[in-house]
Amino acid sequence: MTGHDAMKKILVPIKMVLDANMRPRVKADGSGVDLSGMKLSINPFCEIAVEEAVRLKEKGLAEEVVVVSIGPAKVQDILRQAMAMGADRARLIETDQPVEPLAAAKLIRTAVAEETPDLVILGKQAVDDDCNQTGQMLAALLDWPQATFASALHVEADSVKVTREVDGGHQTLVLPLPAVVTTDLRLNEPRHCALPNIMKARKKPLDVRPVAECGVDMAAHLNVLSVRPPEARKAGRCAANVNELVGDLHAAGVI
Amino acid sequence: MTILLLADHDGQTLGEATARAVSAARDMGGVIHVLVAGENVGSIARAAATVSGVDKVLVADDPALAHLLAEPVAELLVTLSVDYAAVIAPATSVGKDILPRVAARRDVMQVSDITRVIAADTFERPVYAGNAIETVQSTDELKVITIRSSAFDAAPQGGESAPVESVSLPAKEWKARFESEALTKSERPELTSARIVVSGGRGLGSAQAFETVLAPLAEHLHAAIGASRAAVDANYAPNDLQVGQTGKIVAPELYIAVGISGAIQHLAGMKDSKVIVAINKDPDAPIFQVADFGLVGDLFTIVPELVQALG
Ligand SMILES: Cc1cc2nc3c(=O)[nH]c(=O)nc-3n(C[C@H](O)[C@H](O)[C@H](O)COP(=O)(O)OP(=O)(O)OC[C@H]3O[C@@H](n4cnc5c(N)ncnc54)[C@H](O)[C@@H]3O)c2cc1C
Ligand SMILES: Nc1ncnc2c1ncn2[C@@H]1O[C@H](COP(=O)(O)O)[C@@H](O)[C@H]1O
Repeated sequence: MTGHDAMKKILVPIKMVLDANMRPRVKADGSGVDLSGMKLSINPFCEIAVEEAVRLKEKGLAEEVVVVSIGPAKVQDILRQAMAMGADRARLIETDQPVEPLAAAKLIRTAVAEETPDLVILGKQAVDDDCNQTGQMLAALLDWPQATFASALHVEADSVKVTREVDGGHQTLVLPLPAVVTTDLRLNEPRHCALPNIMKARKKPLDVRPVAECGVDMAAHLNVLSVRPPEARKAGRCAANVNELVGDLHAAGVI
Repeated sequence: MTILLLADHDGQTLGEATARAVSAARDMGGVIHVLVAGENVGSIARAAATVSGVDKVLVADDPALAHLLAEPVAELLVTLSVDYAAVIAPATSVGKDILPRVAARRDVMQVSDITRVIAADTFERPVYAGNAIETVQSTDELKVITIRSSAFDAAPQGGESAPVESVSLPAKEWKARFESEALTKSERPELTSARIVVSGGRGLGSAQAFETVLAPLAEHLHAAIGASRAAVDANYAPNDLQVGQTGKIVAPELYIAVGISGAIQHLAGMKDSKVIVAINKDPDAPIFQVADFGLVGDLFTIVPELVQALG
């Protein structure tokens, strides 16, 4: 594909989550996970999505990369980070309320209606709710084709060829554009942002609008009744040598 | 209530994940219909009909369903869903791909990856890589649910056969086109249903070590082989062996972690195993905090010794 028929635009929805290196702690009252004072970061799969979109732009296969996030004002941090990675513009749909994947998909659809991107790349899963739904829901609402769990993506004339990680190995699909793709871990390795790019990103446009202006019903469909820590495993013991270990395994009846 | 369960299969045989999802459906209570979609799937449908607890099998045989692509299968489920109180599927790569499309089309929220049924509308599901367990209640009239296979025993197979009925795929243009697939072939037991899993991490250091060090142990124990993300990223093992938050979830009788540090994302995929063994040269590796039995030392000496000791 050459410059003049490059995709006009790629939209990348990104979510802010508890940093993947932090150990989540359940609140004593069972109401949720305690995020106070914890480091929040861009969801790792979303970072991979931004990286992929920026690489396509750098290869001349896309003209513009727009990132969008739904969440509280501090989500601007990850939008700036995405722009430091190379995204051109950002949109924040602001809300302090929890957002279920169905509502997120509907809100992203309103951004799609305004931006008319050729391709939307999302993370396959947000590592806080572990839902793995939003991309598929968005594709269904738009009646667009989808390729989830992408480990390779090639842009062709007016389609994308996507290799997916499936339970038995890999599967390759061809999707006519516009299309929805969700990223798996091995699609790419996101870049680190250089300081000058972080400075430049501060001047890039960031559109903020309250969720109320989007006309999407935000009422929760799921009631979270309680949240508890998982059952702790009992401390085990270290064997002194292989024979002792084999003895332990026999005693436990597993071999 | 009547539950519609999407069967998972590889085109040849019914996946064990389906029989495990049937157990979850039985916990929800009510009548269970299993949908077998695909091309030339008559024998798979007959197998599904003998899973204990299944009341009826619907079979949709159509070339457009050959690879269980999301658009046609979701369309079929949306059409059928009007007669059901719940649409469920095992949380395999097929179920995870398809069911959210059904939920969005029916304007309901999916409950992903449930590990326990508390009531027909209330479920437990792990979040934050299994570091928190949520109890959620769905207020939607239609429940759309994916089932974590490792959390449910397989319903027994080989009972009296339930009736099998044909259904047809609505005619429509499907946009995504299947091009090819590369499936890993292995003589070993399947990772998610194996009684014993032997997993290797970055400590193995090479694809060759998976073959020469780990494979003999797996063979001795008739075990499946798994891997950490680091081992898969480094091409020591194929992607479909990754165990963890974003890979396969396993809960075998015995899980042996070799040269794996025990990052929370890895633990998310194996910490419900009955017995965990860790072999690692670092006594402070977090894997020892969840291991029932450990051995500190160099895996390249320990694992061959272990193979010998198992004789
Ligand atoms: C979003 C996200 C999702 C993720 N999903 C997953 C997932 O699904 N599954 C997963 O596994 N990881 C996942 N990870 C990665 C995870 O955080 C860890 O990086 C990964 O599990 C580390 O793999 P490892 O234990 O093999 O490697 P390391 O952490 O490098 O550990 C190697 C271990 O081998 C030991 N070792 C080295 N040499 C020897 C020797 N000769 N003898 C004995 N021991 C030795 C070392 O002491 C060390 O403990 C994810 C990460 C993110 C951010
Ligand atoms: N609040 C949000 N804002 C922007 N994107 C989101 C949001 N929630 C989910 N997404 C996108 O959907 C993907 C999957 O999320 P989930 O379905 O929650 O696991 C994420 O990786 C994001 O790309």
